[in-house]
Amino acid sequence: MITKLDPKIPSGPLEAKWDRHRFSEKLVSPNNKRKLTIIVVGTGLAGASAASTLGQLGYQVECFCFHDSPRRAHSIAAQGGINASKNYQDDGDSVGRLFYDTIKGGDFRSREANVYRLAQISGQIIDQCVALGIPFAREYGGQLANRSFGGVQVSRTFYCRGQTGQQLLLGAYSALCWQIERGQVTMRPRTEMLDLIVVDGQARGVVVRDLVSGRISIRTAHAVVLATGGYSNVYFLSTNASGSNVTATYRAWKQGAAFANPCFTQIHPTAIPPSDAYQAKLTLMSESLRNDGRLWVPKMLGDTRAPRDISEGERDYFLERRYPRFGNLAPRDIASRAVKTVCDEGRGVGPNGHGVYLDFAGVVEQQGLDVVAERYGNLFDMYHRITGEDAYRAPMRIYPAPHYTMGGLWVDYNLMSTIPGLFVIGEANFADHGANRLGASSLMQGLGDGYFILPYTIGHYLATAKLPPVTEDHAEAREAHQRVLNRTARLLAANGRRTAASFHRELGSLLWNYCGMSRNETGLKLALSSIPTLREEFWRDVVVPGAGDSFNQELEYAGRVADYLEFAELLCHDARHRQESCGAHFREEYQTGDGEPKRDDTRFAHVAAWEYREGASPILHKEPLAFEFVQPTTRSYQ
Amino acid sequence: MRFTLNIWRQNGPTESGRFVSYEADDVSQGMSFLEMLDGVNQKLLVAGEEPVAFEYDCREGICGSCSLVIDGIPHGPDQGITTCQLYMRRFPDGANITIEPWRAKAFPIVKDLVVDRSALDRVMQAGGYVSVNTGGAVDGNALLIGKDQAETAMDAASCIGCGACVAACKNASAMLFVAAKVSHLALLPQGKPERTGRVTAMIEAMDREGFGSCGNQYECEAVCPKRISVRFIATLNREYRRAGIVESALPNASESPHAESV
Repeated sequence: MITKLDPKIPSGPLEAKWDRHRFSEKLVSPNNKRKLTIIVVGTGLAGASAASTLGQLGYQVECFCFHDSPRRAHSIAAQGGINASKNYQDDGDSVGRLFYDTIKGGDFRSREANVYRLAQISGQIIDQCVALGIPFAREYGGQLANRSFGGVQVSRTFYCRGQTGQQLLLGAYSALCWQIERGQVTMRPRTEMLDLIVVDGQARGVVVRDLVSGRISIRTAHAVVLATGGYSNVYFLSTNASGSNVTATYRAWKQGAAFANPCFTQIHPTAIPPSDAYQAKLTLMSESLRNDGRLWVPKMLGDTRAPRDISEGERDYFLERRYPRFGNLAPRDIASRAVKTVCDEGRGVGPNGHGVYLDFAGVVEQQGLDVVAERYGNLFDMYHRITGEDAYRAPMRIYPAPHYTMGGLWVDYNLMSTIPGLFVIGEANFADHGANRLGASSLMQGLGDGYFILPYTIGHYLATAKLPPVTEDHAEAREAHQRVLNRTARLLAANGRRTAASFHRELGSLLWNYCGMSRNETGLKLALSSIPTLREEFWRDVVVPGAGDSFNQELEYAGRVADYLEFAELLCHDARHRQESCGAHFREEYQTGDGEPKRDDTRFAHVAAWEYREGASPILHKEPLAFEFVQPTTRSYQ
Repeated sequence: MRFTLNIWRQNGPTESGRFVSYEADDVSQGMSFLEMLDGVNQKLLVAGEEPVAFEYDCREGICGSCSLVIDGIPHGPDQGITTCQLYMRRFPDGANITIEPWRAKAFPIVKDLVVDRSALDRVMQAGGYVSVNTGGAVDGNALLIGKDQAETAMDAASCIGCGACVAACKNASAMLFVAAKVSHLALLPQGKPERTGRVTAMIEAMDREGFGSCGNQYECEAVCPKRISVRFIATLNREYRRAGIVESALPNASESPHAESV
């Protein structure tokens, strides 16, 4: 039972909180670190940076990922860049400005102290990455290059072509390799976490399945770190990798970790539009394209002429029209909704009218084809391969797609969940992005959590908590093990006629329609009544072939879909509770006359943290958000 | 569109495998190769048969998971892309398509088209990093690196670790992979302090894992989805020679480059 949510925000001025907190934290002596084992689940930016740093500090780390190699985690797909308030461009950036942009970008639904700390360490992250040998883009004089990104008016984004996530992950992975070589980290790839072991109220281990042998085993430790990413795949079609899933965080929720703001799901404005029913994923076109590309649709309804035949006067550059100050660089939630609005009006382009143009003709004319090719060549190539169209000659067509989830397991300032000893980092936690994440901030947060925050705060926990020995024979460990065995057996026994993918697709479409870019009471109620029916049908009629004691990809997938079918309900509960429009969460009942969201700070300036109850609706706990240093304002980009 | 697929099926590393023929119908031109295989698997599942195991994750050409040899060529007929970026419009309607796993001694088969590529991770663990601790790094701009130099390092660093280079090589050599890793760090000042030990340790690990030698046929470059140039193999060879000279000139150099840190 969760009695009270204590965010444990240190007192004092904003600028001094983190420094003071670090000083007051207890340390673990080097001799004792060797005797402590930490489990890290996930090897994306957050997991790999945390595991390697904890190994470097002297802890014994056991690290798990479901991929065949830690280097394949989905952080690898992040394209655009990573923010830091270095002010290398001397364009007025500062820690304070990055803090303010992020908290405003999140529509005042995140904690001031967390966001300020993130802005403070942003510069260190870049320094660390440079030291690891990450080949950031450089100017001719040898200094680091920057570009701008949505939602801000300074250039603070560091990048490696369109492969920033890949390079940052390879850097963290290389640090992890060093610690594996040193024997500080034991790496277990192709191993999936399927349950959490909680002993006397403390997280003390996980139950994992070896995906090759199928063996289900108990791993115990002194603390557990989840770095298992987000849950956009609950929508079936998203920009996430096929394997990205909610299972680890969802199973932790069922063991008592509160889940915060699950309805804050980011729909990215610039993905390649879906083309057909067989489609397995949506491909993102980096937000950096909006630096030079202009979004438009025909002014006239049902205009099917080729884009080049539509004259300037007949085009509606709708972001520039509605948000003149930020134009095409409006934040993601706002841009996505604006795209939806023009498509709903019947002015969308391409098959089914699900698309708008992203046009580079202007920049090609001004700066030349070569400049555009150097900047975005790989993205234009990708677009060409998928659609068969040449974006150098005709504008791209883009449409929003589920991309990132701001919601996640609730954590306090120390990144610890409501279960003592269970830490949650990166996209898997809810902490820093409020109701909407700004571009190039997820890489910053993942690495900030892993390199610079968790390694401090987990030390204090380990130094102060009473941690009696726990072995595999412990009753709670055996019980968790049995839960996984039962569930696996149940999946294999269903022996029905429908594939897990068909259920996943149906669930995704339900959520996209009723809990996607815009939501309303009627739709959410409908979704909440439909999901249990679909879930029952899943357990009655799903087909999972083969056996549990071998490599069985369909079994892995069916288990993840089963969790989505439960988690989707939590998502809709949260969306229904939040009777306001803020950030990515747009409730149709709460909007202004011209379609702008109406936030309600009187009733909803809180984090909604949900507690699991078996066989009943989840219990809502509220963490009030106090704004001591900034004044929440109407978030305007007009 | 419809296709006849000859797919390698193999239950495990020690069992023998064979080609099995499947029909893929209802395929459209805009389908990706992997979506086409998804369709085949969905039908197998409904028919109560075991689906074909194959690897994938990001489906946008960056994670390096997908790994199919299509009609004898790793990642299929087009250059500069991964399997997941291959679309069915590339094939003539009615074609026979043969699909096999990466084949190399260092990559044992897990199941069907899935192989174990952990040998590449072990090569990385032998030295594919800069040994710096978290914390205390100097300002990023304290180190000036010329644009061209950074771009060349990035060319090498863009390797996605898929292993197509190994699968394409008749010697199953991992030279292009190791060359990319060694060159990336050798080109940057951050990699200089461990330059000598790194190349030696990684080459030794490569040999230990059972990868073959380079025969200078450049098949690796031809199939590399990131078009990593074989010129980096020249860099690797130069680094390796250099290490030999430097090491012989320093008789007291410790055996392992990281011995002091263990």
